[in-house]
Amino acid sequence: MLEAPVVVTVALVYLGLLFAVAWWGDKRADQGRSIIANPTIYALSMAVYCTTWTFYGSVGRAAVSGIGFLPVYLGPTLVMALGWFLLLKMVRIVKANRITSIADFISSRYGKSHRLGGLVTIIAVLGIIPYIALQLKAVSGTVSLLLSYPDIVMPDRSATMSVAADMSFYIALILAAFTIVFGTRHLDATERHEGMVAAIAFESSVKLVAFVTVGVFVTYGMYDGFGDIFEHIATHPELRRLVTAIPSGQGYTGWFSLIILSGLAVLFLPRQFQVAVVENVNEAHLKRAAWLFPLYLLLINVFVLPIALGGLLHFSGQAVDADTFVLTLPMSQRQQGLTLLVFIGGLSAGTGMVIVETIALSTMVCNDLVMPLLLRRKAAALEERKDLSGLLLAIRRGAIVVILLLGYLYFRLAGEAYALVAIGLISFSAVAQFAPAIIGGMYWRGGTRAGALAGLSAGFLVWGYTLLLPSFAKSGWLPADFLTQGLFGSELLRPQQLFGLTGMDEISHCLFWSSLANIGAYLGVSLLRPPLAAEATQATLFVDALKETGPVGAALWRGRAQVSDLRELVGRFLGPTRTEAAFAAFARRRGGKGAALEADAQLVQFAESLLAGAIGSASARVMVASVAKEEPLSLEEVMHILDEASQLRTYSRELERKSRELTAATRELQDANARLQELDKVKDDIMSSVTHELRTPLTSIRAFSELLRDDPKMHLADRERFLGLIVSETERLTRLINQTLDLAKIESGRADWNGCELDLKEVVEQSVAATSQLFREKGAHVELDLPDNLPLILADRDRLVQVMLNLLSNAVKFLPPGSGRVHVVLRALAEGLEVSVADNGPGIRAEDQALIFEKFRQVGDTMTAKPSGTGLGLPISRRIVEHFGGRLWVESAPGEGATFRFTLPYAGPAEPAAVAGNPA
Amino acid sequence: MSKRILIADDEQNIVISIEFLLRREGFEVLVASDGEEALAKVRAERPDLVLLDVMMPRMNGFDVCQALRADPDLGGTRILMLTAKGRDTEVSKGLGLGADGYMTKPFSTKELLAEVRKLLGM
Repeated sequence: MLEAPVVVTVALVYLGLLFAVAWWGDKRADQGRSIIANPTIYALSMAVYCTTWTFYGSVGRAAVSGIGFLPVYLGPTLVMALGWFLLLKMVRIVKANRITSIADFISSRYGKSHRLGGLVTIIAVLGIIPYIALQLKAVSGTVSLLLSYPDIVMPDRSATMSVAADMSFYIALILAAFTIVFGTRHLDATERHEGMVAAIAFESSVKLVAFVTVGVFVTYGMYDGFGDIFEHIATHPELRRLVTAIPSGQGYTGWFSLIILSGLAVLFLPRQFQVAVVENVNEAHLKRAAWLFPLYLLLINVFVLPIALGGLLHFSGQAVDADTFVLTLPMSQRQQGLTLLVFIGGLSAGTGMVIVETIALSTMVCNDLVMPLLLRRKAAALEERKDLSGLLLAIRRGAIVVILLLGYLYFRLAGEAYALVAIGLISFSAVAQFAPAIIGGMYWRGGTRAGALAGLSAGFLVWGYTLLLPSFAKSGWLPADFLTQGLFGSELLRPQQLFGLTGMDEISHCLFWSSLANIGAYLGVSLLRPPLAAEATQATLFVDALKETGPVGAALWRGRAQVSDLRELVGRFLGPTRTEAAFAAFARRRGGKGAALEADAQLVQFAESLLAGAIGSASARVMVASVAKEEPLSLEEVMHILDEASQLRTYSRELERKSRELTAATRELQDANARLQELDKVKDDIMSSVTHELRTPLTSIRAFSELLRDDPKMHLADRERFLGLIVSETERLTRLINQTLDLAKIESGRADWNGCELDLKEVVEQSVAATSQLFREKGAHVELDLPDNLPLILADRDRLVQVMLNLLSNAVKFLPPGSGRVHVVLRALAEGLEVSVADNGPGIRAEDQALIFEKFRQVGDTMTAKPSGTGLGLPISRRIVEHFGGRLWVESAPGEGATFRFTLPYAGPAEPAAVAGNPA
Repeated sequence: MSKRILIADDEQNIVISIEFLLRREGFEVLVASDGEEALAKVRAERPDLVLLDVMMPRMNGFDVCQALRADPDLGGTRILMLTAKGRDTEVSKGLGLGADGYMTKPFSTKELLAEVRKLLGM
């Protein structure tokens, strides 16, 4: 049983739950652990777009016009997908200027004009009130439906009842109380409401779940899936037209208008501006919202058509309003739980819209309508009040109550004249009037306050004449001939066929004329005169919002002020505690102490932005002007400063670039210098080594020569011996010079390499033959192990001979006289050919094995003489082998001889299969 | 009584030439071809003068010089360092370690003899 107490209890418990979510959100925000700092929460909060109009009305519209409900969701989808940069720029502007509402936005753009802010507020309030009425109608309608459960009784439209007996009046009061608690709970009247956003995101989830659940129930519970419903429809000719094409009477013009209107609404409806722009905590959240919000719209639309068709089939011939199908279908199946869930979903959709919309509107009414009036008329009275934050909250609370009561009034007087959808579109058409002033203001510097006022007024008047007044006429407030015969009986002035324009639906008609008037007046009047200084200043802040700029605003203020005055002024609106904290934070950023703050342009700017967050930018400017003596700037001065600022920016960017280049150049120079020093040190070492190696043979040569010269009677045997030594030392010198030059050439990359395919076996044999004399002299035996038919390698023949000669002559030097044995082996490995030269000399200690490949490093093990040679043979050999892609190394242990090995890769593709395992 | 001179150098031909030169002038000549051998021969044979090459295997000339100067018994042994590295730092290092003289290779035989005689007080 769903009796009144049950329904009321469920509704109140749900509202209590919402409040708990909001309270939790606020608490977390106070602790600095925001729950709305999350892109999904952000996207869900944007779904406040979906009101009862979506929840109940889409089905109603689908029942009349098939897929005609879709354009209202296509518009937002297109805007989110293609126009997100508009949203990004708006977010950037709002953050930078602490803008609190859409009225504040427009007013701020055109020089912080009170008149403009007030006009926008009036348009918004008048445009939105029908929309709020729509929510009251839907919520009260569903409550009365529920109360007759399980019977389905449509509310009696003609019955009149007293306000005291009207349930929607109490619903309006409850919502007002709830909104006051929600939106103006804080004593500090800041522009952000984290708890509210959390609750709205929660509501968006609830309404989606409820709607999808009904959709699944109808599609799969009452029918057998989508296909089944469409098959049923096919048997009803009068319903078939709903699913075949765009129904007649709407046409492509209608679709186009609805897409445009809804696309603008998702940006400029006060509640959308509130959640998407003002409450945005992180620009990056836009990225996810750009696809998540359209996805939400898609999901909540999937079951619209099945429910509408299912309802038409089920209630065929009964007097059941299609706007109620979402609720009446589960009721007809006696689904008590599901019915309650749907009711809660609808309640979510309605309360979500009402809460955010009234909070946004009340901020606008307070900051852009009431405050300016108070400032003008009761400036003296305001002066006397120490703390104005209470007054601010009282104004906002009053505004909330008034707005909701106006919504109720509209519902009572005109609400029954239209289906739900028509009411919503009237609101959409109203907020569309903001588009020229906002979009123009963000991209065109030439827009002026007068232009914006003219455009908004013209568009608003046309809207009122072509849409609002006809709705009054249809409700019986105005004579019906107003519609059919026009104002003063003039055919041309018929409100919905203005100047004879026919063939359009009323919404397209209004959009056409109002945008023509609006854009025309905005551009025309703006072009009449150049922007004033204040307009030019704000235009720069808005148009250049996405550029990397410093705070230009401060540069555009000139005057005198006292820190204490500013502090006191801000304190009156924000309260002393928050003010102290804000000023201290500002001082820290400036790098000074609280007492040392200077009342310069930046501080004035800061105080004004603090105030703007509480009372709107126009009022903030007036308040700051009351304590700070501003010397007004002329337009020339403003342009000069802006120009200078832009030059400064260019200059500083240039400087930064230069500085980066210089840093890079310095680093490169340091690196180069380090490399040079390294090279210098190496060169020094080499020079020192070369010098030593040159002086040593010269010493012997000089000594022997002088001995020979000074002693002409020297024995012949000594004489010949000395001359022989001189000759051999000369050869040593020559060899040293040649090898030093050779190595230098290889190392500097200037060596000539004559690479060709060659048979390594021939090279080895040739080298062994060339050194056979040396081996014979030492009485040593050379053993060769050189298999035939090995693959060719790619190398320079002479260079390889040089390597082999070096290895062989090294081996000879260390062989024990008489019993020396050298074993030369050539073998094929997987990666190439390997040559090894093994001797039975003294061997090389492990720690010396690396040394011998360094330049001029000779390792003598003998107690007698150091090895002859230049100390360059092995370093040169290693470089030659490495040049051809091979390796040269030594394996040895003291007393066990030494084996020098080198490898060279095959010339062509390796043929490991053919040669692998070929024994040495 | 002829003076006794030790030639410590790992370059065979340099040893041959200096040995020939000094013998012709009447000195008694000893030879060592690395640092350790040089040190051992000084201790065993007590030469009056050591011609000490710097770049030698096993133990370089500087270390030999230092070891000789650290031994009080060998205080009378004169040391003439010979090196192919003629940089100033090496000259002062050698003298700092207690060498009595320093000659850079290649040297003139006359100058070598003059230096030897001077150090031996002849």
